Parts: sequence; C-alpha cells; structure tokens
Amino acid sequence: MTSLASTSDPSAAKVRRGFGRGLVPLSAVTLVAMAAALGMVFFYAPLDADQGFVQKIFYLHVPMALVALVGFIAAGVMGFAHLRSGDRRWDLRSYVAIHISTILAVGVLATGSIWARASWGHWWVWSEPMLVAFLIVFLLYAVYPMLRFSIEDPGRQARSASVFAVAAGAFVPLNFAAVRSAQSLTHPQVFSTTGGGMPGEMFATFLVGLVAMALLFVTLWKLELTAKHAAEQLRAVRRRIEAAADDGDPVGGPVAEPGRPLAGAAS
Amino acid sequence: MLPALPLGQGGAYVAGAFIVFVVLILVYVAIIGAKIARIERELAELSEPVERRPS
Repeated sequence: MTSLASTSDPSAAKVRRGFGRGLVPLSAVTLVAMAAALGMVFFYAPLDADQGFVQKIFYLHVPMALVALVGFIAAGVMGFAHLRSGDRRWDLRSYVAIHISTILAVGVLATGSIWARASWGHWWVWSEPMLVAFLIVFLLYAVYPMLRFSIEDPGRQARSASVFAVAAGAFVPLNFAAVRSAQSLTHPQVFSTTGGGMPGEMFATFLVGLVAMALLFVTLWKLELTAKHAAEQLRAVRRRIEAAADDGDPVGGPVAEPGRPLAGAAS
Repeated sequence: MLPALPLGQGGAYVAGAFIVFVVLILVYVAIIGAKIARIERELAELSEPVERRPS
C-alpha cells in the first residue's frame, strides 16, 4: 500500500505539493466563468419561442447533468487506474469525483423537477425515460458511500470502491445510449447529429455554461482533495507524535501509514 | 434587453432552479470549510507542545 504520509515516498511528496496547487487562480477563473455564463443566460441568449423564459433553466440543468455524468465516468477511469497501479491516490480522486458528481446529480434532479413543473405541469413524469434513467444513475451512486464505509480495512475498501466505480462508470453511458435509442417524444433532445437546432446565441451560452460548470467541478474536486489530504496528513502526524510520546521522544519517531497504527502506538 | 426576472412568465421557477443550485454549492462549500476549520484547530492543538519546547 502506498503511504500518503511517508516522507521517503517521492510520489507522496509530489501529492503534498500537488493537490492544493493552483486552487486560488482556478477558483478565480471559475467565478469569472460562472458570472459570464449567468450574464449570457439572462442578457444575451434569446427567449425560446416555445417555452419562453422558463427555458433559461436549460442553461443550468443540462451542463450540470453533463458534468455530473462525465464526472461519474471519470471516477470509473480513476478507479481503473487505482486497480491497475495500486496507487491509493487514484482511489481518493475517484471517491471525490463521485462525491462531487452525486451533489451535482441532486441539483440536476431538483432543477429538472422545477423545469418539468414549469413546462409540463408535473414535478415528475415516470413515463419519461431520460428522467428515470438519471434517477437510476443517482440511486446507483447513492449506494457508493455505504459500500465504501462498510469496509474497515483501507486496502480492501479502496479496491472494492474502485471496482464499484469502474462498473458503475461503464453503466452510465450504456444507460443513456439505451435511453436515446428509445427516442422519447417528451424530453427535448438537446444534441443530435444535426446539431440540435439551437440558434448560435443559445448554443454559445450553453457552451459557456458548460465550461463554467466543468470549471466548478474541477475547483470543488481540488478543494475536497486538498481538505481530505490535509486531514490524512494530520492523522499521520498525530499518530507519529503519539508513538514518539510512548518512546519518550516528544516529536520524533517513524511515520505511520494512513489507516494503520504504528506498532507500539497508543490505540 | 430582458428584465432580470419576469415573474409572470415562469420567472419564479427559473429563480427557484438557480437558487437551488446556489444553495447546494454554498452548503457544500460550508461543509468543506467546517472540515478545514477542524483541521486547523487540530493542527493548533498538535503544534502547541512543539512551540512550548525550549529551542
């Protein structure tokens, strides 16, 4: 198992420098992109001829859905990287990606319900395959924390979570390919091989919204990775101090691996 | 240019959707912020005995 806290591990040293690096400028770029997207939604994009002002929800709902789904798939790829390399940093990345995507998925379901109520007169339409497919994906990933934290051994936990991330990540595109092939008449088909029929201003606004949402995902992902890594390093330092105190040395002693107490350390 | 929130044309739904999104992100950031604050407190606890040591 790779220790994130080990001082002799060069990859761990790289992680220590890497997770929080660039977070401040990235946050600033994300804020600018979000402000630009919001401005374009309300002051640049024309009103939809069919739905009118309510269609503005599209610029929030669809980018959020796409970023959440890509996040789930990316988490599967990271899970695969963990299974292949045994490097626990990939498991941490996968876990955080799933966490952020699940939060965005809550937003997708909420904004989708609001849009459905405004457009169709119902908060939820069970006969609409796209809605039900997204709900299935959300419920699938809602299981992930329960699976992950039901396993105590850190190595087994990481492996099981990665297997789940890979299997569920493969299910996401298959699920939506099946839904698209069902050719629903109710849910708007935003993208098609003919371009989706959106005017240029609408498509540009959508693209800026998508970029802003992707930047928000990456910013939150880095923020949570940094926080989790800092907490893990702190636990390792605490164990080191406790072990050193047992040996009579106030601050010395070896560094423990995360999740594994040092031999002789106070339990 | 459009008015910011035409309430008669479903503006309340649009405002609701955007407010849900903002609240969701704010709650998430607040939770992460609380975790970082806890890390900071624990770090201060740990560094206290080190700082008290005579150099």
